[in-house]
Amino acid sequence: MTDSLTGTARSDFPADADLSDDTLVRVDNLVKYFPVKGNGMLGRTVTNVQAVDGVSLTIKRGKTLGLVGETGCGKSTLARCIAGLIPATSGKVYFEGKDITNLSRGAMRPFRRDIQMIFQDPYGALNPRRRVGSIIGEPFAIHNTASGADRKRAVQELMERVGLNPEHYNRFPAEFSGGQRQRIGVARALALRPKLIICDEPVSALDVSIQAQVLNLLADLQDDFGLSYLFIAHDLEVVRHVSDSVTVMYLGRIAESGPGDQVYDHPRHPYSAALLSAAPAADPDSAAARQRIILTGDVPSPINPPTGCRFHPRCPKAQDLCGTAEPALEAKAGDPVSHLTACHFPVETGEILARAGRREQR
Amino acid sequence: MSLLEVTDLRVSFPTADGVVQAVRGVSFSVERGRTLGIVGESGSGKTVLTQSLLGLTPGGQISGSAMFDGVNLVGLGSRQMQRIRGKEIAVIFQDPLTSLHPLYRVGWQIAEMIRAHDKSVTKTQAIDRAVELLGHVGIPRPRERVNDYPHQFSGGMRQRAMIAMAISLSPKLIIADEPTTALDATVQAQILDLLLRLQQESDTALLMITHDLGVVADIADNVMVMYAGRAAEKATKRDIFYQPHHPYTKGLLESIPHSSAAGDRLKPITGQPPSLITLPSGCAFHPRCAYVMDRCLSEQPNLTPVGDAGEHRSACFLPAAAIGLSDDAEALRRHTVELGRSGAAAKVAEAIAQAPESEGSVIA
Repeated sequence: MTDSLTGTARSDFPADADLSDDTLVRVDNLVKYFPVKGNGMLGRTVTNVQAVDGVSLTIKRGKTLGLVGETGCGKSTLARCIAGLIPATSGKVYFEGKDITNLSRGAMRPFRRDIQMIFQDPYGALNPRRRVGSIIGEPFAIHNTASGADRKRAVQELMERVGLNPEHYNRFPAEFSGGQRQRIGVARALALRPKLIICDEPVSALDVSIQAQVLNLLADLQDDFGLSYLFIAHDLEVVRHVSDSVTVMYLGRIAESGPGDQVYDHPRHPYSAALLSAAPAADPDSAAARQRIILTGDVPSPINPPTGCRFHPRCPKAQDLCGTAEPALEAKAGDPVSHLTACHFPVETGEILARAGRREQR
Repeated sequence: MSLLEVTDLRVSFPTADGVVQAVRGVSFSVERGRTLGIVGESGSGKTVLTQSLLGLTPGGQISGSAMFDGVNLVGLGSRQMQRIRGKEIAVIFQDPLTSLHPLYRVGWQIAEMIRAHDKSVTKTQAIDRAVELLGHVGIPRPRERVNDYPHQFSGGMRQRAMIAMAISLSPKLIIADEPTTALDATVQAQILDLLLRLQQESDTALLMITHDLGVVADIADNVMVMYAGRAAEKATKRDIFYQPHHPYTKGLLESIPHSSAAGDRLKPITGQPPSLITLPSGCAFHPRCAYVMDRCLSEQPNLTPVGDAGEHRSACFLPAAAIGLSDDAEALRRHTVELGRSGAAAKVAEAIAQAPESEGSVIA
């Protein structure tokens, strides 16, 4: 396992300078607030949803960065900021060393070829009234790279590559099953030979037997084309399976990040530990033997996040310091430098966390 | 006697394209205070199966019997069913937002449930009971939250409210249809914990429908694996996970990513589930089965005992000894398959071997 993740909570990288050649994407202190407008005539911004609040991370060439966290933690917003689909409030996104934050449509265009997305819902992501050949061929049309017979041949090659029958070029999405539709989405993302594919819950809607087929396909494509993935999923076992390194988000911030084995086997942040202990394992003995950390309450609102460490109202280890001082994302004693944790009182090896945190405060 | 004893239940829906055979002869029983997990992929018939028990499948043609506490639920009149549904058998659905009425207060909806079955309870009493129930399922400050609307609750709290409603009349059986699928992992853990606690308190039987083997491993006592409207395998939880017999059960277990083998290649099941209108001949799983034999193409296997004093049953022609994930069992399977395969079955097996990860042809 290589260290494929560097970065700190408030890093001060010199602009436009890469640490090393194998860095594909560097996100530096990215912030995304969504304004909440008042009811008044002027529609003034009364407050903000702090969806992503100061996230830094690095995606390496040919590697997979897994992003986990619960609903509303900002993982999809972060992905969309990286892909340039929504403008960032502040912070920087560098792609191959070039600043691509908030570029104009025209300036962003060359980068769109390199950054593609695969979405969760294979039913919603495909236009039901267009034929598969035209859906997969659309990127060629937009970027004027192939037309006519060339385009058809390229599309059929792609279909074959992702395990679809090229003869089904003229069918509609409705004629395919869920797994096959996801393959169509993969073929479309692959069309322009991107360097980075952002996979936002790509297998969540699929049955387990089909999920395994799609995960294997993604692994093969990574080997063949040297793709990098930013892989977002709520299924922790799936993320562990595909990822070289893993970043755990909570309420717009990074709680913990590091090589997959490190984070999964030795979680240092109490939230990561709770999340991992809560994930269902398809093994009755380990399910029975496991010490589950049941968190109380719900994720607080990102409009008015808790002070200090954002996890402190639910944290079984919280002390007074946690409510006032925000912990820095840094390597803790005994951890490799690539394993970063944002916690004042990190979990020690073998430590059993109390079953319950404090009651929900609202 | 079992609380619920379902025998040879069949449900089909006539449609313009043909008859959809959603459930094709399923038998099982649920004991008081126990949990039966029903596992299967989309379209395996697990939801139709349980909804047909409650008369929630309009247009469906149902046959067979389902004895619940001495009453046959199949063919029960709608008035009698109303008395059982909610009071004796409660249901928790996957999506709590669509199960709760958005324009009524949560407390009112729980109170209505109570008053619908017992007219002697006053509104105030029913609301008091709702407060008590909300507190019991872990909603903080229930006296205030009882007046909230569903949109003011988070996903986990809505599911808690649904559970409060389900237990409000102390049912004998709770049917939970993917109750945690829409929830995050930490919330899912809370809800499963809650269901287990409530079950232990009141000796309620639980019928847990899920596609998630992790959930089953967590809370079920017994498991039934369904495929294309039939039971593929029935056993205790441990037998299903450690001694699977049916190739479909084995395939499901092998296709899940496991922490012990992170980064290795996953082993998916070839192809995709069949259409319930045009089912394959013989064993419905045979077009995807790596152990396909000649007889699988023409004969439909029935559940037969494969171990555990007859409690472990599997619907597969492989010998009863070909059980579990050991090398010996695999050798026995291979040996049996070699003897039982010629002509047509060999062709199917060859197609599977050539493209073990393909998803098969388009469903027409």
